Amino acid sequence: MSEHETTAEPGGEPTRRDFLFLTTGMAAVVGGATVAWPFIDQMRPDASTLALASVEVDVSSLSEGMSLTVQWRGRPVFIRNRTEEEVEAAQAVELAELKDPVARNENIPNAEATDLNRSAGEGMENWIVMIGSCTHLGCVPLGQAGDYNGWFCPCHGSHYDTAGRIRRGPAPENLPVPPFEFISDSMIRIG
Amino acid sequence: MSGDHSTYVPSSGVGKWVDSRLPLPRLMHDSFVSYPVPRNLNYAYTFGGILMVMLVVQILTGVVLAMHYAASTQMAFDSVEKIMRDVNSGWLLRYMHANGASFFFIAVYIHIFRGLYYGSYKAPREILWILGVVILLLMMATAFMGYVLPWGQMSFWGATVITGFFTAFPVIGEPLQQLLLGGFAVDNPTLNRFFSLHYLLPFMIAGVVILHVWALHVTGQTNPTGVDVKTKTDTVAFTPYATLKDALAMVVFFVFFAYFIFYIPNYLGHADNYIQANPLVTPSHIVPEWYFLPFYAILRAITFNIGPIDSKLGGVLAMFGSIAVLFFLPWLDTSRVRSAVYRPWYKVFFWVFAINAVFLGWLGSRPAEGWYVTASQLSTLYYFAFFLIIMPLLGMIETPRRVPNSISEAVLSRKNGGSGQPAAAVSAPEDRA
Repeated sequence: MSEHETTAEPGGEPTRRDFLFLTTGMAAVVGGATVAWPFIDQMRPDASTLALASVEVDVSSLSEGMSLTVQWRGRPVFIRNRTEEEVEAAQAVELAELKDPVARNENIPNAEATDLNRSAGEGMENWIVMIGSCTHLGCVPLGQAGDYNGWFCPCHGSHYDTAGRIRRGPAPENLPVPPFEFISDSMIRIG
Repeated sequence: MSGDHSTYVPSSGVGKWVDSRLPLPRLMHDSFVSYPVPRNLNYAYTFGGILMVMLVVQILTGVVLAMHYAASTQMAFDSVEKIMRDVNSGWLLRYMHANGASFFFIAVYIHIFRGLYYGSYKAPREILWILGVVILLLMMATAFMGYVLPWGQMSFWGATVITGFFTAFPVIGEPLQQLLLGGFAVDNPTLNRFFSLHYLLPFMIAGVVILHVWALHVTGQTNPTGVDVKTKTDTVAFTPYATLKDALAMVVFFVFFAYFIFYIPNYLGHADNYIQANPLVTPSHIVPEWYFLPFYAILRAITFNIGPIDSKLGGVLAMFGSIAVLFFLPWLDTSRVRSAVYRPWYKVFFWVFAINAVFLGWLGSRPAEGWYVTASQLSTLYYFAFFLIIMPLLGMIETPRRVPNSISEAVLSRKNGGSGQPAAAVSAPEDRA
């Protein structure tokens, strides 16, 4: 700013013009950011999208070995009443064999990826609820397919086991378990 | 070359009146009529003009398609079918627009490879080149968002996969993806904003094209010899010489374009995109449009973790990197010789690169399994090695052939029955006609 004719000599006191210049500049920056915010903010998920954050599903019709896909937040959620063999196969897996050792279960954060922690819990081990969106790039995996007879994503070849844990392929994480609870024996609320 | 002395002479009274107030006709005359271009430009240099026309074609057809299109998940698919069946000439306009995107990319890839071959990115044309890469990125964004609009299965799942790239970034990834989508998955808000941006971006492209042409007219065009224009005899006037050459190339280009529109309009598309988007079912084989296939192959080639970077982030970084590396090209090439014509080794590596790029595209269309993965990895390796290793090293160790003293010398030696190599002309300059 030393080129301003009103600016004091080097080392001298700043002038009023310096002060005005700085404050005007700051006001422009803050003002610009303030105006920019609503333009960015409007892109975030809106109230109506967030309002769809909870769905209730009747699972009474699901006998052993049957699955149901429902839509939650625009994405598919798999609800499966697993067979005993599937539960046993998943329980038999050592944690050290897993690519992602975290349960990715929003109901029990930071738990280990044991079959119990992935399922609906003690006594409900046969039930598994997960977001059916491959953790690689978001395709919908196919059920009861792949090398582990769990889920298989056809897009880029990710294999999940019967507990929805990533075992092979490019996906980095286990299929996420959304927040859910059994509100009665046959009703699940997701979200 | 920037036209220091304008040759525009307004002929009428009105012309003079305008010229002294807003000399736009003078600017046009100096830029597209009297503008001097190297006399040895070949047909590879006609694609800039073709691209300008393609941009106009896309904007015109796009604007009228928007008059019939409804950007809502409930109506988008049906409105496109309505355009195809009910709207007068709608089928033609839509096929022009859809195939126009493909032909836009065909032209831009030839244009880029021409630049790579003749060293068009080298000093003093770095900014010209960088602006071109910016246009390429804008084109890719525009094409991607446009492909989402018909709301078919490929639209939906392509959008899901491509916005899924952003989830690869740690911490900010998921919020960023939700910001782009306006939700937790591709849905109505996504379609709406993509339509808005798909309408906006072509005009931004047009803006950058103006800067691109401005930069071109400051430095002047390169030419196949890579030798700078030295005297007036090295150049010809843009009109009629370049104008007519561009026009002829454009007609030939449009013959191919018309063949696709009228005979095989869906050849470059996917049948799956005639199935309405279904968020619960993924098509068994998702592939992007052909012009993204090489980059898609690079994305999928990274199947291994690199230190702290997992394979997913690695793939995304490699894919973005494959375009980003182009920005640095002017400084990666260390050779003082501009044109590949006089670089015997670069020429070989260039053609291997070109074939490799096509091969990558083919690999991108294959499922990611078996030997395709290994081949993609090797091809990706060469893609990056070409820019990051071969280009810097080759400039230092390669012995270039003798470069002609001027464009005229190169042109005249060829005319005299020379082999196209300037040596003959130099050895017997008195024989020149």
